[in-house]
Amino acid sequence: MPNIVVLVKQVPDTYSERKLAESDHTLDRDSADAVLDEINERAVEEALLLKEAQGGEVTVVSVGPDRATDAIRKALSMGADKAVHVSDEALRGSDVLQTAKVLAAAVGKVEGYDLVIAGNEASDGQAGAVPAILAELLGVPQLTHARKVELDGTTLKVERESEEGITRLEASLPAVVSVGEKINEPRYPSFKGIMAAKKKPVETLTVADLGIDAGEVGLGNAWTSVLEAAPKPPRTAGQRVTDEGDGGSKVAEYLVAQKLI
Amino acid sequence: MIDLRLDEEHEALRKTVQEFARDEVAPVIGDFYEREEFPYEIVAKMGRMGLFGLPFSEEYGGMGGDYFALCLALEELARVDSSVAITLEAGVSLGAMPIYRFGTAEQKQRWLPRLTTGEQLGAFGLTEPGGGSDAGATRTTAKLDGDHWVINGSKAFITNSGTDITELVTVTAVTDVKPNGRKEITAIVIPSGTSGFTVSKKYSKVGWNASDTRELAFADVRVPAENIIGEQGRGYAQFLSILDEGRVAIAALSVGLAQGCVDECLRYVGEREAFGHKIGTYQAIQFKIADMEVRAHTARLAYYAAAAKMLRGEPFKREAAIAKLVSSNAAMDNAREATQIFGGYGFMNEFPVGRFYRDAKILEIGEGTSEVQRMLIARELGVG
Repeated sequence: MPNIVVLVKQVPDTYSERKLAESDHTLDRDSADAVLDEINERAVEEALLLKEAQGGEVTVVSVGPDRATDAIRKALSMGADKAVHVSDEALRGSDVLQTAKVLAAAVGKVEGYDLVIAGNEASDGQAGAVPAILAELLGVPQLTHARKVELDGTTLKVERESEEGITRLEASLPAVVSVGEKINEPRYPSFKGIMAAKKKPVETLTVADLGIDAGEVGLGNAWTSVLEAAPKPPRTAGQRVTDEGDGGSKVAEYLVAQKLI
Repeated sequence: MIDLRLDEEHEALRKTVQEFARDEVAPVIGDFYEREEFPYEIVAKMGRMGLFGLPFSEEYGGMGGDYFALCLALEELARVDSSVAITLEAGVSLGAMPIYRFGTAEQKQRWLPRLTTGEQLGAFGLTEPGGGSDAGATRTTAKLDGDHWVINGSKAFITNSGTDITELVTVTAVTDVKPNGRKEITAIVIPSGTSGFTVSKKYSKVGWNASDTRELAFADVRVPAENIIGEQGRGYAQFLSILDEGRVAIAALSVGLAQGCVDECLRYVGEREAFGHKIGTYQAIQFKIADMEVRAHTARLAYYAAAAKMLRGEPFKREAAIAKLVSSNAAMDNAREATQIFGGYGFMNEFPVGRFYRDAKILEIGEGTSEVQRMLIARELGVG
């Protein structure tokens, strides 16, 4: 019966306009609705499918401000059993290395974990690095970009999808898996799940609780920093080709010029 | 003093259904509507997320929620599409609720677990070809022959009655004449596929085109005597209470449509230009949208108030009728104005407002016409 940890992150809704704060280029959390990242819903779903087939327990781990509770609640209402929420003002502006370090410490708080499931890349930062860094820090195998996960006893089999093709990976537990878009279709929480989630335990921790010095985390101590950020230019109207008998070749010329054909 | 905020669970449910409607219903429902096709896959998904079980106890596969939770789900669905909303409304409040409320323990065990999960649908046959609001004019008869009821007659405009997953229709029938000359009405469950029970092909409708609505005919349909719901002769009282609740549900659905019109217009007026400016910069458009929002908002307050009384167990007939009347008006007015704002595109089926326009009219008719609501309100006030 696997003891599964799922990493979840609250992100600005991709349906709303997302912005960085002008002062320090950190995420402007007030500019958009905050939701549980969709790729994390898939991670939760995969954990729940494993639990439904094999038993065990699903613990949600999240690093984020207080209001990330909403994202955690959603994962719990989908069916996860309990949660660990690391919330600390000192974490503001942390980069992937710092975040992974905090996550590693938080995962360590989950006694006897077998498997960590994460989304392969958050829709806000899009670094796609945290699962791999976390696996290194935990000293366990990393099986990233999974489109299929099978667990047989303590043997984990994963189909890893990349642009080059499919790679079949195998590892022994404990391990870290990150899942891609194709892994599954996440369920919607039911009302019963929503009501049950209210009673599920959420442990809230500070970085000090994890034995991490506040000076190691946060924007001021990050290994990377954002120097400049500009909104994406509005989409241009495009180029209209009027067919005067030579429309086909004009379109072809355009595509050649763009190096598309 | 009063607090109209939703509690955490109801708000989480509302958001979940909002997300579901946006991601699962909105992208595909237009095609189902055009093809007049019942969206089985969407209904199955609604079932899996527990929407058909919202007001029922867990004992029968329900979610352990309340009727207000159902109303919120209906509102959010109808903001995007009314066909799926009415399929849910009819499945829950007309299909499963009479059995849940008035059925025996055995009937509940037998039918509810698959109705509350949406795997199967129930329908309720009250209206007849010759009488809608005049429910006392029931002509369908049921006569006891040994240990079976023999049913003859017909029903009209019955939602969910002919889908592939329809399990049963509860029909009202005249089972006797009382000493005072009035008809004695009893509700009886007829399982789909019972010999002599014919389901006609789907009506061609003005709106709600992705929902299933049919005429039913009964020719010597025999069902076991134990298929009656509650006591013999209680059918009239039963459906009156079912209809009162149903009015609050239809009010919620109407508010959803009214709000959906505002949603669509807000998007459109920020994009569409006329005479060199976005049309949202013109006061003529701004005032229309402000009025639409006022109607949706006040109608929502009316159905919240009715639902609050209902959940407290107080009489809510008057409030239900008011909510139904004001919200179906709001839906109709908003659909007309939204279509006007969209201009020619409003008349095209590819834009949701055209669908809203077609779906709005029935709201002033079904579950008691607007005239019936006024009648009920006046009667509650002691007039006439």
